[in-house]
Amino acid sequence: MTLYDEAFARGARHADAPLRPVGLDVAPDGAQTHAVMSEQDLLTVRHAVRSATVAAGFALVDQTRIVTAASELARNAYVHGGGGSLTIEVLGHGARGGVRLTVRDNGPGIPDLDKALTDGWTTGTGLGHGLGGARRLMHEFGVDTTVGEGTTVTAVRWNNR
Amino acid sequence: MNAPRPSAVPILRLGDVLVTGLLNELDDTSALTFTDELTERIVADGARGVLIDVSRLDLIDSFVARTLTELATMARLLGARVIVAGMRPAVAITLVELGLQLKGVETALNAEQGMHALGWQQTARSPRGDAYDALR
Ligand SMILES: Nc1ncnc2c1ncn2[C@@H]1O[C@H](COP(=O)(O)OP(=O)(O)OP(=O)(O)O)[C@@H](O)[C@H]1O
Ligand SMILES: [Mg+2]
Repeated sequence: MTLYDEAFARGARHADAPLRPVGLDVAPDGAQTHAVMSEQDLLTVRHAVRSATVAAGFALVDQTRIVTAASELARNAYVHGGGGSLTIEVLGHGARGGVRLTVRDNGPGIPDLDKALTDGWTTGTGLGHGLGGARRLMHEFGVDTTVGEGTTVTAVRWNNR
Repeated sequence: MNAPRPSAVPILRLGDVLVTGLLNELDDTSALTFTDELTERIVADGARGVLIDVSRLDLIDSFVARTLTELATMARLLGARVIVAGMRPAVAITLVELGLQLKGVETALNAEQGMHALGWQQTARSPRGDAYDALR
């Protein structure tokens, strides 16, 4: 099932790009990909996203929103998706700048995306606020998921919006 | 089988109050271990109050929020009152947007007010000062 918000389309070129090998990898476009395969990786990813938000010129509250959204999405990929990767892109700096997060896993996929996005809905022991909460913390949010194949979440927050 | 690794989070006792603080570097397993350690200390020390300083956390996600909520509930069942103190404004704003209100968790603006709420009065030489500083 696929949910496209306004500009997931904008990110589509990137979303269709081939999966990069899991691990730290700096691509020519400046995208950084980090493995999300362990609890330690969850901490590493937060630091990397924080640095990217600083590089993009975000103020403290926005930095915190973006890092928190990244933490939720990375944790979902780790816990529900059996591990995956997070790609960070800085989309320019300052007033028109932004940050795009792409979190991929090859896990079981999400059979009912509407339910998964509903606050309080969980198949685990969590609070069920991660996915819907991450969506509220970002300006653009797209989930591409296929049962049995995996899940890719793309999320962008712009500065000055 | 490995024995569980200790969380390495210091827990100090001041009278019948336990004082502790969370750090960004705490991983999930350590956070769960810390919950066990703190509940054990509440019982072992007969604590009536617990102050959890979160002023150094630059992020509280749903996992940490759940850990704090569960801690507060367990402590209450053991007869101790938990106060979460010193949440940064950016963290509070983000938590609200995540839709997490830390229901049932008492909070204080800072550690000092939290200790005050737990019955510690500030005197000229604060009983809180030295021991609390040892945590930072
Ligand atoms: N990457 C994923 N792969 C498979 N299922 C997922 C994925 N992400 C989310 N889900 C499903 O969506 C549900 C809701 O996710 P959400 O992050 O909102 O809550 P949670 O992870 O269960 O709890 P928490 O509040 O701790 O995040 C999950 O319980 C899980 O069933
Ligand atoms: Mg989650």
